[in-house]
Amino acid sequence: MSLFYFNEEHQAVRETARRFTEKEITPFIDEWEESGGIPRELFLKAGEAGLLGMGYDEQYGGTPGDIFHAIAINEELMRAGSGGVVAGLQSLNIGLPPVHRWGSDTLKARIIPEVLAGSKIACLAITEPGAGSDVAGLRTRAEQVTVDGKPFYKVNGSKMFITSGVIADYYTVAVRTGGEGFGGISLLLIEKDIKGFSVGKNLKKMGWWASDTAELFFDDCLVPAENLIGQENQGFYCIMSNFQPERISLAVMANTTSEVALNACLEYVKDRSTFGKTLKDHQIIRHKLAVMASKLEASREFTYRIAARYQAGEDVSMEVSMAKNIATDTSDHITYQATQIFGGMGFMRESVVERLYRDNRILAIGGGTYEIMNEVIAKNLGL
Amino acid sequence: MKFTEEHNEIRRTMAQVIEKEINPYVEQWEEEGIFPAHDLFKKLGNLGLLGVAKPVSYGGLGLDYSYEALVAEELGAIHCGSIPMAIGVQTNMATPALARYGSDELRKEFLTPAIAGDQVASIAVSEPGAGSDVASIKTEARKDGDDYVINGSKMWITNSTQADFLCVLANTSDDARHINKSLIIVPTNTPGVEVSPRLNKLGMRSSDTAQIFFDDVRVPQRFRIGAEGQGFTMQMQQFQEERLFCVASILKTLDLCVSETADYCYERKAFGKPLLDNQYLHYRLAELQTETEIVRAALYQAVEQYVEGEDVTKLASMLKLKTGRLAREVTDGCLQFWGGMGYMWDNKVSRFYRDSRLMSIGGGADEVMLGIICKYLGLLPGQKRG
Repeated sequence: MSLFYFNEEHQAVRETARRFTEKEITPFIDEWEESGGIPRELFLKAGEAGLLGMGYDEQYGGTPGDIFHAIAINEELMRAGSGGVVAGLQSLNIGLPPVHRWGSDTLKARIIPEVLAGSKIACLAITEPGAGSDVAGLRTRAEQVTVDGKPFYKVNGSKMFITSGVIADYYTVAVRTGGEGFGGISLLLIEKDIKGFSVGKNLKKMGWWASDTAELFFDDCLVPAENLIGQENQGFYCIMSNFQPERISLAVMANTTSEVALNACLEYVKDRSTFGKTLKDHQIIRHKLAVMASKLEASREFTYRIAARYQAGEDVSMEVSMAKNIATDTSDHITYQATQIFGGMGFMRESVVERLYRDNRILAIGGGTYEIMNEVIAKNLGL
Repeated sequence: MKFTEEHNEIRRTMAQVIEKEINPYVEQWEEEGIFPAHDLFKKLGNLGLLGVAKPVSYGGLGLDYSYEALVAEELGAIHCGSIPMAIGVQTNMATPALARYGSDELRKEFLTPAIAGDQVASIAVSEPGAGSDVASIKTEARKDGDDYVINGSKMWITNSTQADFLCVLANTSDDARHINKSLIIVPTNTPGVEVSPRLNKLGMRSSDTAQIFFDDVRVPQRFRIGAEGQGFTMQMQQFQEERLFCVASILKTLDLCVSETADYCYERKAFGKPLLDNQYLHYRLAELQTETEIVRAALYQAVEQYVEGEDVTKLASMLKLKTGRLAREVTDGCLQFWGGMGYMWDNKVSRFYRDSRLMSIGGGADEVMLGIICKYLGLLPGQKRG
């Protein structure tokens, strides 16, 4: 049995992502954080470097890969210290898989290559103003209609908190085609410039500033029926299976947030002096860092383990929920302690721990809240 | 603590000002990164709210500290942390030592206008190299004739881009670190005082914070508060009021977080019922409110003892520690129940989450509170037991 989750191929991808991050992201982070988004060129560059197509079929411009390739990329991108960049640049990782797995061949051939090349941007739109983690409660309605002899879905409703919603070209949108509850949901691929579809302004958030977040409005929006992803009324299943890698990736983001914050502290405590000695010479600080490092190690190993079991085809939806909660508990703890160790400087925009503190807060909310994870776990425990 | 009709009256006065003159403008000030200190302080000054427990001879109301604490508690109803903090700097951080130990002349010149709201005050203790570790400050005030010549810099100074004067802690001799410091009033228009642009902070967005540089700043020695070398002791005393203020001024904020979250969760439906009907949610909110009430009770006790003239450093430090942590827990716990809405910048709970993070850092970090508590409990290395 191998003791390592990352083989040479994974390491090679990691190396590419690391170089990409150092050259194309880190130098521009502060600028993008301030301006509230990343430029389209970054998607093109990431596509060119092969960082967007990992795990997608070669015929669509992808590169074969497993979840540890995705984890390696995710971790390296996060080292720039901005959750927003990672969420924005990788919005395709939640928007595109349903198309890849369940879309028609025509749809796949048309959409996927452009997105993997970075010339088009994909995102996922499920949450609504009135339904967040409660996916089955969504209200955006799609009715079958015929216009000029052609079949369409007429979509009405709105979506909320959509990552990359401002900049995206393709939206994988959950709509209600049937009755109430989870059985009446379908996925549609909606393209930006069609009539009746509009995008609100970039929402102002506590963190993740480098990723844009939008509200979407559909007003008698006509979507060609061929843009249906998978079968009608089977969307809930697609969404739920899409959640597993998303939650693993959120756990990875949380763990890497912890790692970056911890490393920043390990450096800071060597130089900063209080009460006549460096911070690291205070026992309480050393112990604090020891606890932070221990929690991170345990969380990261658990996430890797669950990712490996997911990769092996096991049903680990309960364990994935556990991994997400453990990882965000850990990153909540570590980012809090990191700002505390930095003191006044931790409250200032110029310190990386200040950004990590803000960025981290969404991880226990997005992709299913902490409480929803506990509901999933409780249900799996037969409760 | 027993509240009289006078207590209630002053509380109502503060509440009215907040409702009319402050809350309607909070969003705008937060956006602009500053609030009109002179304008707002004048309004408060006209009502006597900047000098509740200050001597009548300088324009104060001459009431005891319980009134001051009650006004501070009312400030928690403001929809951000910045404005209570800015007011607190004026009343409970930059001026208590001046009011108690300043000469009559110095008090006439600086305390009277601060109480009237004609001048804005800042407390300048922290430095780039010494935050909570106050004894390590490097700013130096050297004697030259009848003057002090001040050199050094101060960091994270609240109100400072609008301040008229600073209450500066500086080293006035080479003696041991606890007896070589003095508190000196420095008008900000003195040549050699330079104020940096506003610092960009995680929260407390509408409060202006800056770094201050002193380059051969000359002030008369009569601007010193009290005796030379007593600055550290006076600052430690002054910190008691600062810490009591910090605790008092956040309680209503925590009440507000819980009640607004409960309202939201009552309206918000998920899985076919109001969110609030989830047992986990209503139990959690009940617990958070319980903790807040316990802190409130302990604060009233500390205030009562302080009014009696007791040294409440230990209890004030315990309260500041506990409340800083509780503020994080309440704002974080409530924010969670707002889901995606909680992560939006303009959400009130989200703002309090960012603002209240300072409480465990400013005015002495949690770790410094623990050090003080240890000392009072005789737990530190070298301290004798029993």
